[in-house]
Formats: sequence, structure tokens, C-alpha cells
Amino acid sequence: MTTLDAMHAVTATPESTPTLSGDERAVLEGERGPAPQLAMRVVVRMARILGARELVPVASAHIDGCLYHGDGGVEFAERLVSLGGKVGVPTTLNVGALDLLNPRRVRSAGHRREMALRQMRAYEALGCRPTWTCAPYQAGHRPAGGQDVAWGESNAVVFANSVLGARTNRYGDFMDICCALAGRAPRTGLHLEENRRATVVVDTRAINPALKERDVFYPVLGTWLGATVDERVAVVTGLPETATEDQLKAMGAASASSGAVGLFHVEGVTPEAPDLAAALGGKMPEAILTPRARELRRVRDALSTTGTFEIDAVALGSPHFSRDEFSLLEALLPREPFRIPFYVCTGRAEYERLETSGRLRRFEEVGVEIVADTCVVVAPILPARGSVLMTNSGKFAHYTPATTGYDVVYGSLEDCVRSAATGRVIRDEGLWN
Amino acid sequence: MELSGAPVHAGEGRGRLLVLERPLSFWGGVDPETGRVSDPRHPQYGVSLGGRILVMERAIGSSSSSAIMLELLRNDVAPAAIVLGSTDAILVLGVLVAEELGYASIPLIDVGSDGFERIRDGNGGHGHVRAGAREAILRVSMS
Repeated sequence: MTTLDAMHAVTATPESTPTLSGDERAVLEGERGPAPQLAMRVVVRMARILGARELVPVASAHIDGCLYHGDGGVEFAERLVSLGGKVGVPTTLNVGALDLLNPRRVRSAGHRREMALRQMRAYEALGCRPTWTCAPYQAGHRPAGGQDVAWGESNAVVFANSVLGARTNRYGDFMDICCALAGRAPRTGLHLEENRRATVVVDTRAINPALKERDVFYPVLGTWLGATVDERVAVVTGLPETATEDQLKAMGAASASSGAVGLFHVEGVTPEAPDLAAALGGKMPEAILTPRARELRRVRDALSTTGTFEIDAVALGSPHFSRDEFSLLEALLPREPFRIPFYVCTGRAEYERLETSGRLRRFEEVGVEIVADTCVVVAPILPARGSVLMTNSGKFAHYTPATTGYDVVYGSLEDCVRSAATGRVIRDEGLWN
Repeated sequence: MELSGAPVHAGEGRGRLLVLERPLSFWGGVDPETGRVSDPRHPQYGVSLGGRILVMERAIGSSSSSAIMLELLRNDVAPAAIVLGSTDAILVLGVLVAEELGYASIPLIDVGSDGFERIRDGNGGHGHVRAGAREAILRVSMS
């Protein structure tokens, strides 16, 4: 921003904000064609609503809007295609409503199926990469720290901000593709340095260190975090420096399900939190919270909606299973086939890697059904007659009841494998007591 | 009662107030075809948003809620207006896209958390929302 622009921005009336560059104005006036114009119009109107004084160029985009929710979404995507739209920055696609690699996986037919497919094809036609995953950051799309991007899908947003240190707001369906077509986003929220500082400290030092080593802890902490801090930026202290990317991914996904978390820091682990002072930007926190073991245990219990021991299916992979997670699962696989359907949702990149390496067979032998391109809460995949799902995902636990009608039992990866092998819930309660 | 607020999106809408007892994610929480609250864990499960002045402290949850907003407008089961306790950038996006596609539109206004507190017991009252470029107002009459 030049000094003149800055002065202009200060004196601008609300109607004339944001201040646009000559290039941005040209796009808005239609000089680059009708699709970028429509996209820029939406971006500018949103910038005005958000009070942004200018736009920011984005280096990449991740699109959540490719999932079918109804015919309006298809109509919008096809409108952009018919206007000749092409994304202006590298852009990946989140899940769709179909498994394109295994068309029989999703029970969908007629109009719904046709429209879901049309929507996926329209986004491909706009020049987006058909990655079909909610974990694009584990499928080669990893923006650098400090880079401004426009990402949709709440778990991907919180991962990009927190774990990669890239800068994005939570871009909803339609805004994501508009930013990708316009190459701009409103310069506001988490694009601004001052909004990325933690204002809340979450002190986990009192929690049993052995529990904090376990994967099963992270969705629980994330669920607590989302429900407690919501939109505020927290820095978590007392987590082991060995916390893995997949643990942080699970924590972020859960936090963005139970609240509007877009960014959190973990002291000594995430890039903007080398230490507490840096994460807080040298200021005093507004609040210091110390979740107690008892409280987290309650949160963990509330992730389950039933106390039954009868389960009809297990589902893993929200966010989509990574290479490391497949390795953990592989090591736990029983000799005998599972007694109930066992789903693992993942991106096609990961699926293809399993296939090429020959490891796929080991999973299929015991009945693991690998779902690619989509997942069990956004498409009818779970057995029609079942009623209880067991999962190790905080996000699945949160959304399954409303989107599938299933009750949920939350447990660790190990719990899920042992339960599926016997057909009855087995949970290791030890570390929670 | 009269409440002034900031316009999030201009327009006019009338209907009976539906004050959400708890925040709600439209995605996973509202059926896009019927406009009813579809999250069984929400205290107002089954209630229809269609034609109501929807009053909510804040929007939460999935960023796909904008897509549900678009479908509600397309299927004619959208609220008549949305009154928020804090500005939300997700729902209004669905309304902007609806306008681009030539569907019906609705106003959204932000009355702040104080404003929300003043109408949180107004469930069932008759509401009238008018939002211009700079000013927005909600009139409520209990009857």
C-alpha cells in the first residue's frame, strides 16, 4: 500500500471501501472477463461487510464448495464455468459427495448423484486440481509460513494457520472459489499480524504426561478448546514437543467443529510460538485457562452419544487419513477379518500410494473399506440399517449424529480396531481415570 | 420495541421471531430442503426457520453453512431475515451468491451482544427488519 493509498483509505466513506488497486478495479469493471468480475464483486462486497480496507493477493486456494448440498451450489459453479472462469492461483479441491474411484461406495442415485457429479466436474473445469481431500496439506499443498492463502474447510483452515503458519480466514463455500478466481481476499482477520497473537493461554501442564503422548487425547483437547475459546486465539502450553502433525491435525479439526477456531498455537511446537512470549506478541494474556483431567474426561465422554456396547461400524479418517496413520493402523490389524464394516476415509493420493506399494491388499484382507474422494459424514456410505458408529475422530463424533442419524462411540485407534474385531465396544479407560 | 443495528446485508423482512436458544451451525444443523433444525442435539430440533426472523447470538460451525443458506433461499424455506449478535461472514455469503443467481434475498443485521440480550426472550413476537446501506432497524411487537 502506498502512502497515498493509505491516506485515501483513512478518509474513504464506507461505501468506497475497500481501496482497490488499479488492477483490482480493472477486474471489478470486467476488463478481464465476466467470471473474474463476478468473483471480484463477491470478494469486494465481503471485504466491505468485514470492514477490510484493502484486498490481499493470495498464493493458493483450497475449495470446500465442491461438495453437493443442493442444486444452487451446482448452478453457481456451472455459472462460473459458462462465464469462462479459470482459477488464477494453484487450487486444490476438498471432498465431493461421491467416491469417483469406487462409484458403488456411495448410495446415491438419480438426480442427487447426477448433480453431485456435475458439481465436481464444474470445479475441475474451473482449473482446480482434483485432489478431493480435506487434508490437502498432506497431499502436497503446503503453503509457506507467512504466505496469504484463501482456504475453505474448517480443519484445513486451522491446520494451514496453526501448523504451517500460513494466513487464511475461514472461507466459506463460494468465497473460496471467488478468491481463487479473483486471486484476492479481503485483508482482514487472520491475514493481519495483530490478529494472530494469542490472547488466551491454555496451560495443560497438570494433565498426565502419558495421556498427552496418546493420539486419543488430541481430539478431546481440541473439542474442549473449540467450546471454550471459540474464535479467540489460544496458545497451548505443556504439550510434548513430540506432538505429531497428525495429532495437531486431529486437535484442530475437533476444535473447529465445536467452535469457530481458525488458529491456535502450541508453545515450542507450532511456527508462530517458539515460546510463550512470542505467541502472545509480548502482551499479557486476557485469560489463563487450566483444563483439569476431570473436565477433559467429561468432554471425552460427551463425544459419545450412547453407552451401548453394540456397534454397527467403525469409521476413521476425519480429517482424511495420512500415510503415517495408515502405518499405525497397519501395525494394529488383526489376523481375522473385522466383524463389522470398517471404513477409512482418505484422499486419492494416499489411496493410490497404498495401491502402488501393494499395501492395499493387507487392509482389504481384513475387510477395511477405503473411502476416497469423500467421507462417511458427507455421503450415504454407512450401512443403511445400522445405528451406532465408533470412531477415533472428534470431528466425526461431532457431526455423525446430525448427518447420518447414527449414534457415536468415541475411542482411540486401538479401541476402534479391537472393537471392530469383536463387534463390541472395548475401550481403554486407564489413562482417563 | 425497536432495536437499531448495523446492516450486514440490505433488505426488508417480516415474520415471527425465532430466537435460537443456542448457536447453530447451518451445515449439519439445518435441513436445506425443509428449513428445519436437523441437529438432534440442538434444543430447537425440528423447528422450521422458514419465514421467521431468525435471531441468533452468533453463527458457528462449518464454513459450508453458506451453501446451506443458498439452498434455503433457492428452496423458499429461508428465514425472512437474520438478526445476529455479532457479524458473521458465512451466512451472508450465501445471500450474496443467491443474489448473483437471481434468487430471493433477505436482510441480515448485527444488533450486537447487548441488542441480542434485549430480544433473547422475544421468541414468537412479530418482527420487522429494515436494513439500508448505513442503518438497520428491528421492530418487535409482542402479541
